[in-house]
Amino acid sequence: MLHSFAALAVTPQLDTGTTAWLLISAALVLLMAPGLAFFYGGMVRSTSVLNMMMMVFGALAVVTVVWVLVGYSIAFGDDLGLGLVGDPTQYLGFAGMLADDPAAAYPVTIFAIFQGLFAVITVALIAGAIADRTKFGTWLLFAGLWTVLVYAPVAHWIFDFSAGDHVGGWMANSLMAKDFAGGTAVEINSGAAGLAVALVLGKRIGFGRDPMRPHNLTLTMIGAGLLWFGWFGFNAGSALAANNLAAIVFVNTLLAGCTGLLAWLLVEKLRDGHATSFGAASGVVAGLVAITPACGFVTPIGAMLVGITAGAICSLAIGLKYKLGYDDSLDVVGVHLVGGLVGTIIIGLLASKAVTDVDGLFYGGGVDQLGRQLVAAGATFAFSFIATALLAIALEKTIGFRVHEDDEASGVDLVLHAETAYDLHASTGGARPHVGHGSGTLLP
Amino acid sequence: MKLVTAVIKPHKWEDVRAALETIGITGMTVSEVSGYGRQKGHTEVYRGAEYDITLVPKIRVEVLLDEGDAESVIETIVNAAQTGKIGDGKVWVSPVESVVRVRTGDRDQAAI
Repeated sequence: MLHSFAALAVTPQLDTGTTAWLLISAALVLLMAPGLAFFYGGMVRSTSVLNMMMMVFGALAVVTVVWVLVGYSIAFGDDLGLGLVGDPTQYLGFAGMLADDPAAAYPVTIFAIFQGLFAVITVALIAGAIADRTKFGTWLLFAGLWTVLVYAPVAHWIFDFSAGDHVGGWMANSLMAKDFAGGTAVEINSGAAGLAVALVLGKRIGFGRDPMRPHNLTLTMIGAGLLWFGWFGFNAGSALAANNLAAIVFVNTLLAGCTGLLAWLLVEKLRDGHATSFGAASGVVAGLVAITPACGFVTPIGAMLVGITAGAICSLAIGLKYKLGYDDSLDVVGVHLVGGLVGTIIIGLLASKAVTDVDGLFYGGGVDQLGRQLVAAGATFAFSFIATALLAIALEKTIGFRVHEDDEASGVDLVLHAETAYDLHASTGGARPHVGHGSGTLLP
Repeated sequence: MKLVTAVIKPHKWEDVRAALETIGITGMTVSEVSGYGRQKGHTEVYRGAEYDITLVPKIRVEVLLDEGDAESVIETIVNAAQTGKIGDGKVWVSPVESVVRVRTGDRDQAAI
C-alpha cells in the first residue's frame, strides 16, 4: 500500500498550483499590452495618442489570432531540419492540443497562449518606433505577417527545447544560449525590428526641429506601473512552475526594475540637473528589459547589477537617434534593443550556479557562455533587422505604410480613426448643440 | 474711459483680484494667454532631449475704467503682481471710445 502511494507521487500529473500560476501569469502578460498602450500613449503628442493605443490593442487582437492559427506551430512544432523553423501544420488552430493529458503538469494550451502573449507584446513594442505616421491597416497586416515570418521562427530558435522525440530550435539546443524570458525573441527582436521600420518609414515631419514633447507623462507613469506588474507574469511565469525558481525570478524582476530606475535618475541628475518622472518610468522599463533574459540565471545581487547597467546604458543610448538621425520615436531601440543586448550578454558574465546550471565569466565559468550569448544576440539582431526591413519595404511599395504628410500634420487620430482624444473646453464640448470654434452637430 | 490691460504671472492672479476688489473695482475680464518677453521661455528635458519652450503661460486681466481711476488701478496691480523676479509682466492703458451695457443699452460712464 505504502509502495503504491510512493509510486503515485513520482508519476507526473496535473499540478493545480502550477496550472493556476500559469493561468495568472498569462493574464499578467496580457495586462502588459494595455500597460504599454498607456506607456506609449502618454509619450506621443495629443493628436496621435488614440492611434498609438490602437496600434497596441490592434496588435493584441491580430497576433493572438495568428498565433493560434499558425504561429504556435511554427514556434513549437517539430523542427523541419536545421533548427530554424517548426512544422507549421502540426498544431494548426491548436489542433491535437485540446485533449486532457493526465501525465502533464499543466495543460499545453495554457503554455501555448502564454507564449502567444509574448508574441503580442513583442509586436506591440515595435509600434513605438513608428508613432504618429503609420497607416493603421498596414500596421495590422504587418503585425500578422511579422508574427509568422519573424517572431515565431526566433521563438523556435530560443524557446523550443528538444525533449524525447521532439526536436527544437538551434539556439536553445545546439548553441545552448540562455534566455529565460525573452532577451532575444522579445527585446532584441522588437528593438531591431523597430530600427528597421523606423528607417523604412523615415522621420516624422519636423523631427529634430519641432518640440515633440510627451503629451501626458501621468499616463506614461501608469503604463510603466502596469508593465512592471505584468512583468512578474512574463518572467516568473517563464519558470513554468510555481516553485523555488519562480520565486527567485520574482525577486530578481523586482530588484532590476528598482535599480534601473535609480541608475537612470542618477545619469539624468548628473547630465541634465534634474531627476524626471519620464526618466523614472524609462529606467524601470530598461531594468526590466535587461533582467528578462537573465532573471533565471543571476542572483539578486546580479539582478541589481543588471538593472544598474541597463538603466545607465539605456539612458545614454536614447540620445543616439539624434546623433545618427533616425526617428525611433519612443526609443524602442534605445530601451529594448540596447536593454535586450545588455541582459542577454550579461548572462555570460553574471550567471551563477547558485541559481541554475551555468556559471558566467565572473563566477569562474570562463568565456564559453559569453560567446554563446553574443552569437545568439548577433544572430537575432541580424535576422530581425533584415527580415523586418524587407517586409516593411514590401508593404510600403505596395499598399503604403506611411500616412500622407497632410494627414500626419493634421494628426493621425482624426484622420485614421475619426476621433480626438481630448476635449478640454467645456464651452465647446458639452452635450448640447453649440456653434463656433470646435462645434459639432450630431449626425442622424 | 480707459482700458487697463495687465499681463501677470498666473500664481499672482488671486492677489491681483483681491487687491482690485479692495479699491472698488467690480468687474474685469480674465483670460489665460501665453507669450514671452526679454527673458524668453524656459528649457524642458525629456529623456535627455532639451526643448526650448518659448511661450510662457500668463494671465491677462482687462478692466474698463473711468479716466480718473486708471492710475490707482495700475498701482494696485503692480503692487499685487510684483515678485521682483524676471517675468512679472506688464500693465498698459488704452483709450476707449465707447462702452455699452448689453442688458440695458446704457452707454459710457453709466455702463461701467
